[in-house]
Amino acid sequence: MAAETVTHQAAPAGPLSAFWNAFSQNRGAVGGLVILLIIIFLAIFADWVAPYSATEQFRGMTKLPPYWAQGGDPRFWLGTDALGRDMISRLIYGARISLFIGLSVMTVSVIVGIVLGLLAAFVGGAVDSILMRIMDLIMSIPSLVLAILVVSILGPSLTNTIVAVSVVYLPNYVRLVRGSALAEFGKDYIIAAKVAGVGPIRLMFVTVLPNCLAPLIVQAALGVSNAILEAAALGFLGLGAQPPTPEWGAMLADAREFIRSNPWIVTLPGLAILVSVVSINLFGDGLRDALDPKLRRS
Amino acid sequence: MIKFILRRLLLTIPTFIALMFVTFIAIRLVPGDPVEVRTGEHGISPERLAYFRHELGLDQPVWKQFFDYVWHLLHGDFGVSLSSNEKVLTEFLSLFPATLELSIAGILFAVLLGIPAGVFAAVKRGSWFDHTLMGAAVAGFSMPIFWWGLLLIMLVSEGWHLTPVSGRIDMINFYFEPTTGFMLIDSLMSDQKGAFLSALHHLVLPMIVLGTVPLAVIARMTRSSMLEVLSEDYVRTARAKGLSEFRVISLHALRNALIPVVTVVGLQVGGLLAGAVLTETIFSWPGVGKWLIESIGRRDYPALQGGILLISSLVIVINLLVDLLYGAINPRIRHGG
Repeated sequence: MAAETVTHQAAPAGPLSAFWNAFSQNRGAVGGLVILLIIIFLAIFADWVAPYSATEQFRGMTKLPPYWAQGGDPRFWLGTDALGRDMISRLIYGARISLFIGLSVMTVSVIVGIVLGLLAAFVGGAVDSILMRIMDLIMSIPSLVLAILVVSILGPSLTNTIVAVSVVYLPNYVRLVRGSALAEFGKDYIIAAKVAGVGPIRLMFVTVLPNCLAPLIVQAALGVSNAILEAAALGFLGLGAQPPTPEWGAMLADAREFIRSNPWIVTLPGLAILVSVVSINLFGDGLRDALDPKLRRS
Repeated sequence: MIKFILRRLLLTIPTFIALMFVTFIAIRLVPGDPVEVRTGEHGISPERLAYFRHELGLDQPVWKQFFDYVWHLLHGDFGVSLSSNEKVLTEFLSLFPATLELSIAGILFAVLLGIPAGVFAAVKRGSWFDHTLMGAAVAGFSMPIFWWGLLLIMLVSEGWHLTPVSGRIDMINFYFEPTTGFMLIDSLMSDQKGAFLSALHHLVLPMIVLGTVPLAVIARMTRSSMLEVLSEDYVRTARAKGLSEFRVISLHALRNALIPVVTVVGLQVGGLLAGAVLTETIFSWPGVGKWLIESIGRRDYPALQGGILLISSLVIVINLLVDLLYGAINPRIRHGG
């Protein structure tokens, strides 16, 4: 997808290198990308990287501090939680879960968003009005409240978290696709394609869609970080992934009672959420600057 | 202008109808027998079941049930909470001032810090202040606020013993009947020494936690909007006229730069209420957000249904007001589209 967009925009310099030139000027974005790649690596190879399993409990080893602190054990780098599970292993497996949620939500809402957005733009009329009113409605319910509504109907679980958060972020994509498709309509190449006898489906997905991709990619990248935050919030409220799943938000909820006695159990999962969300947001900002000059902030 | 207001008002009607429809459908989708879901009783006898089916109107056709539901809503009947047996609306209204007080404090914190910080960063573009602020802003809007709240409790309340951990006021030493529901105002009116300070003390941390994300967004928006405006011709003209830098920035640039900022502040309202759910849960702040979460735990579906409807209606109304305000300060919107 990415390569295709760039082909339409770039000069003879080669699309990828042109993109990289623009992207690498933003030091924050490159930093974000590096951290993000490390997190992705940890998530994919968690089985090899993590020293223990995420759910293995070590007797008599509960609530150990990190190894450098007093009372720490070098076998458990970042200490253990209240049930004697290795903290760093749980955090690494948690990265897998959070990235999985973020990417699933993004994929679901982007695909549904493209279809509904193009439908609204191409069909117009009543279909357009009804779709856009529904999107207005979804946007008017506070994100977390809407997610709570969906989860309270479907019951708390990882899959339902993904469904709930996808619904929450759907309107962003529908509106974006519809808006950029409508903006393309008057242009000459669309008229030329129509005159040449291109059918509606081909016109939607092959002619128009690639020209709407740049803002969509940017929105999708930033959508991943929002989804991770939202899912962690649901996990924290006990409405997301259920124990013993090492989901960061749920880990924080478990750790709440140790806020006085064992601060690191509270600190680490939240730090993991913050670092991954910051890195994705920095990366997304860089993408926006490189791909979509119109959206560039000064 | 009147045409603009009317059109905008008409546009919200379908949204309200759809909202009522969604909450109407939602409670039907809850797994389990609809009577049990709504009465909170399990394994009830067939006679009672038939009685409740009739009582709740479940023996009517679905379209009639929907019209009845809308009819009740329009008369202020949002159902009865299963856990407290109180009317949902009454319960909501008694808790809402706490949420409102927290939200107002949070947005004030964000606006009062965010706008000056953004302006200053734009004026001193590229300075260390600008870089630090923009870095902090990225961290700010990436912040998992439920963790941020716990972290602040750990540092400020537990570590330095500066603020209390939960609640709205020191309930052991101070008690007074709520008159406005706003603890800050009630405590001032109560004539009890130290009550106001106690209320303020309790408000500080939740306010910071709730205000952090809007603060980051507002600071960023103000900065970029300000940068855009500063390169406009009329700012150059104002400078060329020999106006002082302060007048140029505060009078000519800031007033124009604030237009997009107002929209952004308005857009924060929905997020603010979502944030209030988390903030109230962390600080045991007795508002509607905490109540909503507790309703899920109690499987109190009527409360949940009514609460979500009320909160969403509120956001729709506030968005409407923001749009109207935006139209009032920006003639291009009013006359143009």
